[in-house]
Amino acid sequence: MSVFKKAMASAAIAATMFAAPAMAEDNMRIALVVKALGIGFFEAAAKGAEEAATELGGVEIIYTGPTDTTAEGQIEVINALIAQNVDAIAISANDTDALVPALKKAMSRGITVISWDSGVAAEGRQMHLNPSSNPLIGNMIIKLAADHLPDGGEVAVLSATATATNQNIWIDEMNKVTGEYSGINVVATVYGDDLADKSYREAQGLMASYPDLKAIIAPTTVGIVAAAQAVTDAGKIGEINVTGLALPSEMAGHIDSGASKSFAIWNPIDLGYAATMIAYNLAKGTATAEAGKSIPMGRMGEVALDGNSEGAMADPFIYDASNIDAFKSIF
Amino acid sequence: MVLRHIPIREGILGAAILVLLGLVSIRYSGFIAPANLANVFNDTAPLIILALGQMVVILTRCIDLSVAANLALTGMVVAMLNVAMPGLPIPVILAIAILLGAMMGAINGLLVWKLAIPPIVVTLGTMTVFRGIIFLISEGKWINAHEMSTAFTGFSRTAFLGLPVLSWIAIATVIVFGVMMSRTALGRSVFAVGGNPHAAVYTGIDVGKTQFLAFVLSGALAGLTGYLWVARYAVAYVDIARGFELEVVAACVIGGISIAGGIGSVGGAVLGALFLGVVKNALPVVNISPFWQLAISGSAILIAVAFNARAGRSKGRIILKSAEGSV
Repeated sequence: MSVFKKAMASAAIAATMFAAPAMAEDNMRIALVVKALGIGFFEAAAKGAEEAATELGGVEIIYTGPTDTTAEGQIEVINALIAQNVDAIAISANDTDALVPALKKAMSRGITVISWDSGVAAEGRQMHLNPSSNPLIGNMIIKLAADHLPDGGEVAVLSATATATNQNIWIDEMNKVTGEYSGINVVATVYGDDLADKSYREAQGLMASYPDLKAIIAPTTVGIVAAAQAVTDAGKIGEINVTGLALPSEMAGHIDSGASKSFAIWNPIDLGYAATMIAYNLAKGTATAEAGKSIPMGRMGEVALDGNSEGAMADPFIYDASNIDAFKSIF
Repeated sequence: MVLRHIPIREGILGAAILVLLGLVSIRYSGFIAPANLANVFNDTAPLIILALGQMVVILTRCIDLSVAANLALTGMVVAMLNVAMPGLPIPVILAIAILLGAMMGAINGLLVWKLAIPPIVVTLGTMTVFRGIIFLISEGKWINAHEMSTAFTGFSRTAFLGLPVLSWIAIATVIVFGVMMSRTALGRSVFAVGGNPHAAVYTGIDVGKTQFLAFVLSGALAGLTGYLWVARYAVAYVDIARGFELEVVAACVIGGISIAGGIGSVGGAVLGALFLGVVKNALPVVNISPFWQLAISGSAILIAVAFNARAGRSKGRIILKSAEGSV
């Protein structure tokens, strides 16, 4: 049996050795490595990568990843990709540091390595693509409320805990740009602690304290769902719009009911598309991943790299009644 | 005449709630509008139901820290059942929730009864185990509003005689427990076991079995609340009601239920829960910084406990003094 296995393994290795150079001649092969296979978010990213491949032409996407979200699994996958001599690896990492040695090995073999979504430490990749940036998110959450308030009005923020770093940064960024939306007045910031019952109660408190409230902005998934339910139970659908950051699967019911007109989060399809475009341009040599440089991303524009070779893709993507059904089964 | 029948402790707590309502209404007059008070009661209903179960457990000198995890697991199971079988009638879901909760309570009870493990250790363990099981069965995913049937989420908010069903379930639980604690053998044996377990044994009461039954009751109520909770917030995930067990214990303690067992009443537990409910609902409308909110909630608990400790102490001393005097 073991002889048979060895023979099979040798045959497989031989096959890849012969196959790899033959393939490399005509197609550029970009590996999209995800945290684990079978996750809706990443399946959608793969769809975006395929879209980019079709647009570019002559690009083959290898969508791969471990079966569970472990760094060990991803290291095996990376080693297999090095053996196949792919042209580029775009990875959403399960661990910031553990993948660095394997990815360094890949880069030393001339493979382009970038990380997207979930980053790798700077020495393990050429650049990292963030789905968005704090200023873009801060601007988006107030824009979501303002879009449905042409005459302005009172809005309030329902956050997670008072000490949640990311929430506070987004709210700070939001406050910086609130002046640009005329008539929009942020009257309060309350904290639901990411508990459904407390968030629900805080939303009720907002409605009681501010009878003219027009929108509740919740940049947290627990908060936005609880606030939407509180608005529904208070019979204020249409009067108060609940918006913020959330996943389509969690908000589908509240978009249907009208409690939320729109909300935002990154679009995984765009993310997969942009990561593929960047990997292509870097592997082709039409762009370089250096601090301060920009890399083209096709229809997503350009990504500007900061001192840490990180860049933000775009504004968070807006989900509303027109596209929620397509996305609610994805993530 | 009527006042004579109201115990002092409950009277003071009731007065404290009224003072609190008065203070809040100075800052925000709409708070004491009947519709808002009904909202506050409805919001406190889960806490009242859980506090009654916890009261029975604490009276038997035990503690049940697994109630919130039990609630979350039952909530997740019934939500998943609802997704799998949207046509399942609500009474069946209620029965499943209560039975499942009671089973989890029975696990706690058996470990305390048969293996004589301290209740705080048992329920700390099962608390984590239950949360872990939720993660296993749900794979960390949420069950969202659009996946649940309208009957499933609508039941607890159906209005009946001006109050939602959720409030009526709390009221019914209070009545059932009021009768059970004062009029049944089980109710009396709970007090006996907590008051003096050795004496209880001599009167023919099985201490372990009474504690077991207390855990089953607490578990059953946690299961019932699990469904009501998930229906009310229209979402189920691993972390729902995180930390809620401490609020439940706090409600009991504020309500004058002695953590050492044997002393307490249904009225106290209900008032303790209402007190916390009023505080929790008042803080968002009086516009206080979130850091102060935590401090205020904590102080309310400490003051209540300190007060109860003083009130409880004087009773025991008098007997000793007179006994010393006679020698």
